[in-house]
Amino acid sequence: MRTVKQLAQLYFTAKGMHRLEKQSIVSLKNISVSFDGEPVLRDFSLDIGDREFVTLLGPSGCGKTTTLRIIGGFTRPDSGDVFFKGRKITNLPPHKREVNTIFQKYALFPHLNVYDNVAFGMRVHGKSEREIKSKVSEMLSMVNLQGFEHRGVNQLSGGQQQRVAIARALANGPKVLLLDEPLGALDMKLRKDMQNELKKIQKQTGITFLFVTHDQEEALSMSDEVVVMDKGAIQQIGTPLDIYNEPKNAFVADFIGESNILDGRMREDYLVEFSGRKFRCEDKGFRTDEPVDVVIRPEDICIIPPDENHLSGTVQNVTFKGVFYEIIVDVHGFKWMIQTINRATSGTEIGFDIQPDGIHVMHKSEYSGTFGDYSSFSDEMDESVTGTGLEAEGSVT
Amino acid sequence: MKSKSAAFPYLVWMAIFIIVPTALVAIFAFTDRSGNFTLRNIESVGQYSNVFLRSIWLGAVATLICLILGYPLAYIISRAHARRQNVLIMLVMLPMWMNFLLRTYAWMTLLEDSGLINHALNFLGLPSVHMINTPGAVVLGMVYNYIPYMILPIYSVLTKIDPSVIEAAEDLGADGKTVFLRVTLPMSMPGIISGVTMVFVPAVSTFIISKMLGGGSNLLIGDLIDMQFLGSAYNPNLGSAISLVLMVLILICMGIMNEFDENGASEGGLMV
Repeated sequence: MRTVKQLAQLYFTAKGMHRLEKQSIVSLKNISVSFDGEPVLRDFSLDIGDREFVTLLGPSGCGKTTTLRIIGGFTRPDSGDVFFKGRKITNLPPHKREVNTIFQKYALFPHLNVYDNVAFGMRVHGKSEREIKSKVSEMLSMVNLQGFEHRGVNQLSGGQQQRVAIARALANGPKVLLLDEPLGALDMKLRKDMQNELKKIQKQTGITFLFVTHDQEEALSMSDEVVVMDKGAIQQIGTPLDIYNEPKNAFVADFIGESNILDGRMREDYLVEFSGRKFRCEDKGFRTDEPVDVVIRPEDICIIPPDENHLSGTVQNVTFKGVFYEIIVDVHGFKWMIQTINRATSGTEIGFDIQPDGIHVMHKSEYSGTFGDYSSFSDEMDESVTGTGLEAEGSVT
Repeated sequence: MKSKSAAFPYLVWMAIFIIVPTALVAIFAFTDRSGNFTLRNIESVGQYSNVFLRSIWLGAVATLICLILGYPLAYIISRAHARRQNVLIMLVMLPMWMNFLLRTYAWMTLLEDSGLINHALNFLGLPSVHMINTPGAVVLGMVYNYIPYMILPIYSVLTKIDPSVIEAAEDLGADGKTVFLRVTLPMSMPGIISGVTMVFVPAVSTFIISKMLGGGSNLLIGDLIDMQFLGSAYNPNLGSAISLVLMVLILICMGIMNEFDENGASEGGLMV
């Protein structure tokens, strides 16, 4: 008879082995790069799993494109190494790497037609024209461009050029496809279509996609794994769900979706105090009375009639957003954002109902206090934890 | 509408200084001295076919040399650091600030049998070389004078090539040589066409260079035309006929050139 403990041990060993077996196809180890003395990546390490859709997400200048260019071979790191399937490729020139890139502005060959663009890589590799012909037509049908073979690439719309770029990169049969903000130039509708299409192609081909974007929605909806970057360093790696629900620091919370980020204190496990009230939460493992950042997503707040037991504030502004209303509420000078399907009127007093799972507590980081609240007319962003006169315990049931 | 009215002054300009003179040349070419219609001028152009051949041959050789020397230079300049590029382009254009006659005259004194080069050769104990009044001297003069017109349009096209297109080619597996042959060179065709046009046309019709560096034995079409209008053999009608034939020949040459570049022209280089 095995004890539960033994079984658990067995389970975790198996799980650990599974993790080890998870092949990383591209690895960056301790990469540092600076341009003109300006550091772009600082001691950057990342493993990219085989057959995954990985997104590098971050604001412009965070180093995400540089990361891609290092893998593509277009930028040499000042220090650190790049590995491909365990082999060091740091000094391998781009044309010898088994990765292909889709460039920001597609970078199609303007002097070649669609067919010749897609055939370029295969011709360079000396494939036979017969083989090329069948592969090109396969690629063009995958991106829905049959019949466009003899069009000049400048006669195509942005979306079509994008498709040619995808076909051209995939025709080489790369193990990894690098995509540098490929949807940036497309309009909203087309963007959504291409997102679905890229996701479909990735599933179909089983090629590892490394996708760079600054659009958090795009990152969340497409990726298996999101790497949130800022200032040349990884802020968080995780599934879209992890990143959204369990942001590691104020930067991630602010960058991914809308967040109310408040100063708080962890009174004890599962009890956090902010805005002068104590709230039940699902976080533990903090020091007693540790100062923390508290994240509350706008959609996790329900509005209720104001009463003594709940946080309350004055409605400042209501914006109709289609599916929901976006309400800015002033609570003792801190402007909260609430997204709700219930309507509220400007100037009225409303109460907040926040469930424990709607509260996410994070350790303080270098980003603490940098994001402030949702006031566009006031730079006041420190709310008092104490001294509001409302010392009653949290409003959570 | 606005753009049309803005173009009006240029249309007037073109009418006065291009269309009317061309028409006058055509009229002169097809009339005799008393103003009657005749084909004799055109017919007599045939007797100068050797001059035409020599002009086109020397012009073509000079153009080819300009291309062979100018393309790599344009390529190197286009790859240089931005601030360096400006300096290098300045250096290319610098000789053009000096008078054309003066520049060519300077070569005369260099190439002469008792010129600077032969002096230097003698000084080093080497025999003199006869250089002046040879076809080679004429070609040298053409290359020297017209090479900036080859470098500039090619440079201009090369700098406009999106670096990410080059990277895309590398990304798809092309090494340096393949990138050049399959991407850079074809994409710079419009610049090559412009450069070839801008060198070949003036080279074929030059008369100063051949006069100063070629002596009497290397007569070019330009000299022939010059003689008909300003020289001893005063005959504007024949001169016009020669000009007209030259014009047609150049147009044919350019037509053939453009055939090499069906797609390239749509990329917009400097077309003449």
